[in-house]
Amino acid sequence: MKLCLVVDDSKVIRKVARRILEELNFEIEEAVDGQDALDACDRNLPDVVLLDWNMPVMDGLEFLKAIRAKDGIEQPVVVFCTTENDMSHIRTAIEAGANEYIMKPFDREIIEAKFTQVGLI
Amino acid sequence: MKNQDFEFLAGLLKDKSGLMLTPDKVYLLESRLTPLARKRGLDTLDALVMKLRTSRDDSLIKDVTEAMTTNESFFFRDNTPFDIFKNHVLPAMEKARTTKRLRIWCAAASTGQEPYSLAILLKEQWAKWQNWNIEIVGTDICTQVLEKAKAGAYSQFEVQRGLPIQMLIKYFKQEGDVWRINDDIKNMVKYRPFNLLDSFGMLGSFDVIYCRNVLIYFDQPTKKDVLERMSNTLAKDGTLFLGAAETVLGITDTLRPVRGQRGMYVPSGGNAEELMGLK
Repeated sequence: MKLCLVVDDSKVIRKVARRILEELNFEIEEAVDGQDALDACDRNLPDVVLLDWNMPVMDGLEFLKAIRAKDGIEQPVVVFCTTENDMSHIRTAIEAGANEYIMKPFDREIIEAKFTQVGLI
Repeated sequence: MKNQDFEFLAGLLKDKSGLMLTPDKVYLLESRLTPLARKRGLDTLDALVMKLRTSRDDSLIKDVTEAMTTNESFFFRDNTPFDIFKNHVLPAMEKARTTKRLRIWCAAASTGQEPYSLAILLKEQWAKWQNWNIEIVGTDICTQVLEKAKAGAYSQFEVQRGLPIQMLIKYFKQEGDVWRINDDIKNMVKYRPFNLLDSFGMLGSFDVIYCRNVLIYFDQPTKKDVLERMSNTLAKDGTLFLGAAETVLGITDTLRPVRGQRGMYVPSGGNAEELMGLK
């Protein structure tokens, strides 16, 4: 079973994402901001990170840059999942090493399509 | 819905579009035609049926047919038919077509996602194809969906279903809430309204045909008729793609499935598999 780290400061979003991804056969861990996510990665490196952008303490982009800067780890797939829906945010995320990008609101079909595209399903 | 009303509507739809409506699809009639009834200032579906029975209003018949035959579509739907196109069909055609001419028909183009997905795949390897004469023809019975296809404008929701983000960045422009496909992709596809029950003569012949999730709505004789006429318009080394729930088996011998390639069919007498390295 693949491990997905769901990073979002909204409890509701984490819960919705968890429900969808568990149905798609992922094991789920949750983190509430970028720093929390980095700590979670140190403990148990996930296969994929579903990543919000705007969060307190450390935002999603900072997390992405920090994880991509780490040497000697199996880099996880990173799928952004954010309300930021303009081209410049999308480009910034992809240039920083995101593999896919989901614009909120999302549903099961979008998650499934995007996870299929990056080869996780 | 009353039995005789169902039968009346089913008969009308079969007649006009080939659509086969079985009694388990009553819900589909109700969910799609009730909004249409309201739009036409009729209170109920019953009133709509009454109007159809009494007036034979051609524009109303057209709206009913379109409402019932419209299908959901998304980019790179089911993936496999597009992987086969990229990995097998295109390399084979590159070798076989010394005329540098390639014609592709999307027979149920709907709102354009399928033909545009094919155009994008060609654009991704444009160095190979830029001197070719490539035609992608998108047809659909429903003129309303073709208008949307022509506009090439999609909602945020639509561009996230099947379209990789890299391709969104490369081939779309954002205009407020709308994502519009770039002109160079849009110009690769020609749309025209077309009923599969009509003669294919005016369309010419094709190297590749996509006709997915349409046959499921037809009865057996109509399926046979459409498939056999398609095999006539298809090049001997051409390829036909059907939907995952569709097949030629038990319907016609003019086409056969390609082993191991889901949804892919070739003319029975042809050598497409050899050409594509699938034998």
